[in-house]
Amino acid sequence: MSRKTLRVRGVTRTFPGSGRAGPTLALQPTDLTVQPGEFVAILGPSGCGKSTLLRIVAGLDRPTAGTLTLDEAPIAAPGPDRGMVFQSYTLFPWLTVAENIAYGLRERGLPPAEQRAIVDRFLARTGLTGFAEHWPRQLSGGMQQRTALARALANDPEILLLDEPFGALDHQTRELMQELLLEIWEADRKTVLFVTHDIDEAIFLANRVIVMSARPGRIKAEVEVPLSYPREWTVKTTPEFGALKARLMAEIREEVRKAIG
Amino acid sequence: MEPLKPVSAGARIVLGAGFFALFIAGWGLATYGGFVPPLFLASPGQTLVAGWSLLTEFNFLGDIAVTVFRVVGGFAIAAAIGVPLGLMMGAFKPIEAFFEPFISFARYLPASAFIPLLILWAGVGEAQKLSVIIIGSVFQVVIMVAVIAGATRMDLVEAAYTLGSRRAGILRRVIIPSAAPDVMETMRLVLGWAWTYVIVAELIGATSGIGHMIMDSQRLLDTGQMIFGIVVIGLIGLITDFLFKALNRWLFPWATL
Ligand SMILES: Nc1ncnc2c1ncn2[C@@H]1O[C@H](COP(=O)(O)OP(=O)(O)OP(=O)(O)O)[C@@H](O)[C@H]1O
Ligand SMILES: [Mg+2]
Repeated sequence: MSRKTLRVRGVTRTFPGSGRAGPTLALQPTDLTVQPGEFVAILGPSGCGKSTLLRIVAGLDRPTAGTLTLDEAPIAAPGPDRGMVFQSYTLFPWLTVAENIAYGLRERGLPPAEQRAIVDRFLARTGLTGFAEHWPRQLSGGMQQRTALARALANDPEILLLDEPFGALDHQTRELMQELLLEIWEADRKTVLFVTHDIDEAIFLANRVIVMSARPGRIKAEVEVPLSYPREWTVKTTPEFGALKARLMAEIREEVRKAIG
Repeated sequence: MEPLKPVSAGARIVLGAGFFALFIAGWGLATYGGFVPPLFLASPGQTLVAGWSLLTEFNFLGDIAVTVFRVVGGFAIAAAIGVPLGLMMGAFKPIEAFFEPFISFARYLPASAFIPLLILWAGVGEAQKLSVIIIGSVFQVVIMVAVIAGATRMDLVEAAYTLGSRRAGILRRVIIPSAAPDVMETMRLVLGWAWTYVIVAELIGATSGIGHMIMDSQRLLDTGQMIFGIVVIGLIGLITDFLFKALNRWLFPWATL
């Protein structure tokens, strides 16, 4: 259960140019407040600054202007209170699945027995119990992302930052991963910021969807998802789901057209 | 044959041994066939006879031990200095900016050109032999290790930060383990170069070692002994290379998946 409120105020990011390429305005002044335990999906066309925003919240990138706070503490650097799962596979290839999950726990200096207990719990929750001693390179993409999720969750972060974590997976695996994530969120009620370009995924998981405009990105619309939890996959076939989807599609199509045109 | 298609372990051994056989057959043909006079090149048989007498009458095993000691000693010292410095340079750019220009200059200084100077400073004892190897290897080690450490995947470093690592943790638990297999592969290469340096060092002002024996044999025009000495160096190289590869496979099973 998360307790802290994330406040993003006027956050802007301009990337300096290099050589003949001029500077890029990636993110226009953005305001966003995320309440404890909320599941917020960020939807937007490619290149609109979704990753940039998430990386700034993680502390991996610094805003050009604006402030970020978690409760009253300013965010200035990355830390274990903001766990992240990246779009690319970022398991440590020299550590086994169990050692990857234990990474943050070891870094915190937890006693080995305690580490072991937490690792076992998250192996079970992500369905990886039989793969504890495997190397990441021996896993499928879906299993690698489940491990990455377990690794972030084992650290018990205040906020979970997910940057298109299922983007590289096939459709069926992706749907199973969504259900797994939803199950975990319904049980833990951790604050989640979830970047995606998949409208179904956003509606199925989130209680609020934020639509970003084409580059330079800004928040264009916010849509509440009034579907009750726990959600089953069957919710995707309900008329309420369909209506939300139609509305978000209209918002996003316009931006995608701008992005490529 | 298809591009990049792997070959089976059995075929690999047969092919590898095949070229050795072909090479020795060519050597035999050149010498036994009378195409090259024995003064310039001993035959395989003469080489084996010369080698036997070296081992039984001239304590060649002692020479081998001395040379191996020098190579391993010089290499170990070079690695003990070069690997940590290279890791620090790869990880921390100000450290790299401080050392890199000098080391890029120093690594082009030929180690063999230092031999007269080193004899002046350190005499003809072990310190001088080790110094030649260290000068020849340490700068290469530093540069190569720095490049390897500097190429650590940034996304893994970032993942570690979000899991709570700080500076020391990034170095110890990301940069070093990620660089380790390539660093060991570099060590294998550098050990090979150390062998060439030690022989050069032993050709001048040495009283023992494989290089010294080869020099002595030249005075006696015994090409059999010279070739036997060279072949022994090759064999030792082959064995250490094999052991190094086996060690790397054992240490880093994840790297070869
Ligand atoms: N390090 C960087 N240097 C320069 N420009 C950058 C850098 N990172 C991102 N950008 C630019 O900022 C803009 C936003 O990038 P960002 O990665 O946040 O997009 P995104 O919304 O995550 O896109 P996608 O859905 O394709 O992942 C892009 O136009 C990109 O070219
Ligand atoms: Mg992105």
